Amino acid sequence: MMVQAKLAAIKGIPPHEWIIRFLFGGAVCVLAGLISQKFGAEVGGLFLAFPAIFPAGASLVEAHERRHKARAGFDGTLRGRTVAGLEAAGASIGCIALAGFAMVCWLCLPRISTAAVFVLATASWFLIAMSLWWLRKSRIFRSRHAHRRPVHAFRTSR
Amino acid sequence: MGELIIRFLVGGAVVSLFAVMAEVVRPKSFAGVFGAAPSIALATIGITIAHHGRLYASTEAHSMIFGVIAFFLYASASSWLLMHRKCAALTATSALLPIWFGASLALLYLVDKTR
Repeated sequence: MMVQAKLAAIKGIPPHEWIIRFLFGGAVCVLAGLISQKFGAEVGGLFLAFPAIFPAGASLVEAHERRHKARAGFDGTLRGRTVAGLEAAGASIGCIALAGFAMVCWLCLPRISTAAVFVLATASWFLIAMSLWWLRKSRIFRSRHAHRRPVHAFRTSR
Repeated sequence: MGELIIRFLVGGAVVSLFAVMAEVVRPKSFAGVFGAAPSIALATIGITIAHHGRLYASTEAHSMIFGVIAFFLYASASSWLLMHRKCAALTATSALLPIWFGASLALLYLVDKTR
């Protein structure tokens, strides 16, 4: 299965969702800076992986799915929660990749240029995330029970 | 004050950029990984280097690893709660945030203690 970009999806994002994400993102970065100033780099560093926008993101995903089902005349409450759960499972994979990002920054920042570290760390994050996602999608880590599950349980409609 | 304003603007922009990437990428099962994108780190490490230097930023990145482990536990618990207990997404993910605080601070404390 290929990873693709569907640029038309940008048009479907309502303005208030842009604002929510911008405000949350900005607020967390300010919070991380203030905590680092007050308690030092060790405690401040923890907040570079603070899941502050995660609840808002999961809530938006749930709302999208619910609205989509409502348009078709169904109650999409349970479906929305399942899809938000699947996104959270995807975020778990992203966390392993994020650990790779942090390790590259930790080990390389004192040694090579900042721009090179950013490129290397971001590439590491993307490659690890993609590899783990692919492994999860492939048959390697699937049990026989997983094949018996109905396909619609894992299909998102967005 | 100037540094905080820059942090807010850059942080908001980078987080929004990763949110857009999560929206456009297909299949949607892959989009989930953007829930743990390095958006906050990318937005703030550059500013930290400019104000405090590379070693300070490297120390922050080292601590970030503990924050990431805590994030993994938090995301896994959120996924389980949403899939199996069908709680509202905002309620479940907000109620589980203490997992992140507890796990990250405990890991930092344990590592400091063993040094």
